[in-house]
Amino acid sequence: MTDNRFFNRSELIGILVLAVFLVVVLPLTLDVFRLNLVAKYLTYAFVALGLVICWGYGGILSLGQGVFFGLGGYCMAMFLKLEASSVENTKIQSTPGIPDFMDWNQITALPFFWKPFHSLTFTIAAIVLVPGIFALVIGTAMFKRRVGGTYFAIITQAVAAILTILIVGQQGYTGGINGMTDLRTLKGWDIRPDHAKIVLYFFEVGCLFVCIMIAQFVRHSKLGRILVAMREKEDRVRFSGYSVANFKIFAFCIAAVFAAIGGAMFALNVGFMSPSFVGIVPSIEMVIYTAVGGRLSILGAIYGTLLVNFAKTSLSETFPELWLFGLGGLFIAVVLAFPNGLAGIWGDYVQPRIDRLIASRKPKPDGWTDSSVADGAPAE
Amino acid sequence: MFGDYSLGDLGSIFVMQGFAGLILFSVYVLMALGLAIIFGQMGVINMAHGEFMILGAYVTWMTSNLFQTYMPGLFGGYFFLAMILAFLASGALGMLVEWALIRHLYKRPLDTLLATWGLSLMLQQAYRSVFGAREVGVELPQWMLGSLQVTSSIEVPINGVFVMCLTVLITIAVAYVMYKSRWGRQVRAVVQNRIMAGAVGINTEKVDRYTFGLGCGIAGVAGSAFTMIGSTGPTSGQLYIVDTFLVVVFGGAASLLGTIASAFSISQTQSTLEFFMSGSMAKVLTLLAVVGILMLRPQGLFALKVRK
Repeated sequence: MTDNRFFNRSELIGILVLAVFLVVVLPLTLDVFRLNLVAKYLTYAFVALGLVICWGYGGILSLGQGVFFGLGGYCMAMFLKLEASSVENTKIQSTPGIPDFMDWNQITALPFFWKPFHSLTFTIAAIVLVPGIFALVIGTAMFKRRVGGTYFAIITQAVAAILTILIVGQQGYTGGINGMTDLRTLKGWDIRPDHAKIVLYFFEVGCLFVCIMIAQFVRHSKLGRILVAMREKEDRVRFSGYSVANFKIFAFCIAAVFAAIGGAMFALNVGFMSPSFVGIVPSIEMVIYTAVGGRLSILGAIYGTLLVNFAKTSLSETFPELWLFGLGGLFIAVVLAFPNGLAGIWGDYVQPRIDRLIASRKPKPDGWTDSSVADGAPAE
Repeated sequence: MFGDYSLGDLGSIFVMQGFAGLILFSVYVLMALGLAIIFGQMGVINMAHGEFMILGAYVTWMTSNLFQTYMPGLFGGYFFLAMILAFLASGALGMLVEWALIRHLYKRPLDTLLATWGLSLMLQQAYRSVFGAREVGVELPQWMLGSLQVTSSIEVPINGVFVMCLTVLITIAVAYVMYKSRWGRQVRAVVQNRIMAGAVGINTEKVDRYTFGLGCGIAGVAGSAFTMIGSTGPTSGQLYIVDTFLVVVFGGAASLLGTIASAFSISQTQSTLEFFMSGSMAKVLTLLAVVGILMLRPQGLFALKVRK
């Protein structure tokens, strides 16, 4: 059912609409503060994008995406923190030249694993490689032994708990519960003023579209179809001679790397990184953004992330009492009534009408398949 | 690191540490029993389990306040009534939730996780609106305060002993209900083969509802017992949930014995390690060990052998 091109027409239109929305509409209508808020939300969209591949297509629910978000974020934050802790900036400390929280914790020399983060090249490599390798190790250990489903979800959750406790407990090396604050410059370029925020926003949107293209590629290649087949009937795929474990590991690693890029963007855009974005609660919230947007839809996950976060911000601003009720109710409603999220509503109810409208005007060209059909039916 | 202690001191330290581990063990068993029924038997991932416990704790707190105001003479015994009320309140809420939410999701176990997470958010906010954001502590009756002096250097808090006795009683009761009673046999029949159980005339929907209710009710009793050793706030439930799931998974879902064994090994490891290093590092090492063993033995310590 899937054609061999990366996009069919309606997907291309969808991506263009998103591009116009993010690149033109939002920057023109929002002030810098709000735009930076959108940038913060979009960092979660990277995670949601990874979850579409890993959870929606691969059927692997990871409740530990906060781990990878955190690893990416901390790699970036370590680089920025080292740059902010130059000898002249930190001359009031008892040991100048090391981050302030180390000084407070009586650490006098930079720990060995901090040293390579003086280099931006190393940092960028680490943002991709550290979470990637970590996911590879976890994925190999789990999927080769055919741990899946619920058990995988709970173990990833435990990993998130472990990392949070570790970060909070090792205050001298990680900044503890406060995290890494007061990040200032990137290679001497101040990331705090308004114009820098705008530049970073566009940079982030660019990265997001690169990731969308990668996700599109995975989805439309043979790989994507094997993932779907695996989700539906794992045994049959295994009996057909495919290594199910390797495909799962790949999907998990892609999701991890996307999440890590999101985390790095978070450190750049928001200017700090803390363990409160690593643990179980944020990890589950990221899954929920994906669920609300639609676990089978790349664009749906991004809109879902933006929408839930906007709702969260505005509801908690105006009705601090009610927003948890609203959020909780939304999740229950989505799970019960719309298992495929907002994208499911769009694909099931809105798009057929639009298609009919277009089809009534002109004959349907050959090779044009409805994307809701191409996506395949959801796993039940 | 032992240089500063005499041999006698070390012995007492290990006994005390072991005893602290036993209290932690009781806490884990109480939390995990309900979850082992819901997750192990029914396959439902109940992320709101912690909130059911907190409900039990709040019920206990309210009962103790009632006794203090209206029946100060009977205050020493309020706890027993509170426990029954906690069981009934959490169990009733559990059955309501099963009817409204869970029964629609039996075919999608991973989605129960999301839905119950939503539920837990709503319950947390409900507690915050009703009881306030502050943590509440229960005033203990006189006989539960103080500690037993075993030797000159070993002393054992009475409330800890009480929680341990309670755990043993509840565990025996659950084991009896699940393995000896007619209803328990029905539950296990439904778990092993739902269609066949239905075919021989078991009302599987009813069994599901009462099983879920029982699991939540035990959570309520656990929460009630927690008030003996700590205070309760709207978000306390979330702190326990991962530990509890790990206990259940590590022991092997659907195995009561496994749950108890895993609770014991996890709690003893943690409390022994806590003596040598900071609490957070002890926790990290314990969790790492659990995750590591789970990778080697995904079905848990005591896997139930069933044909899938």
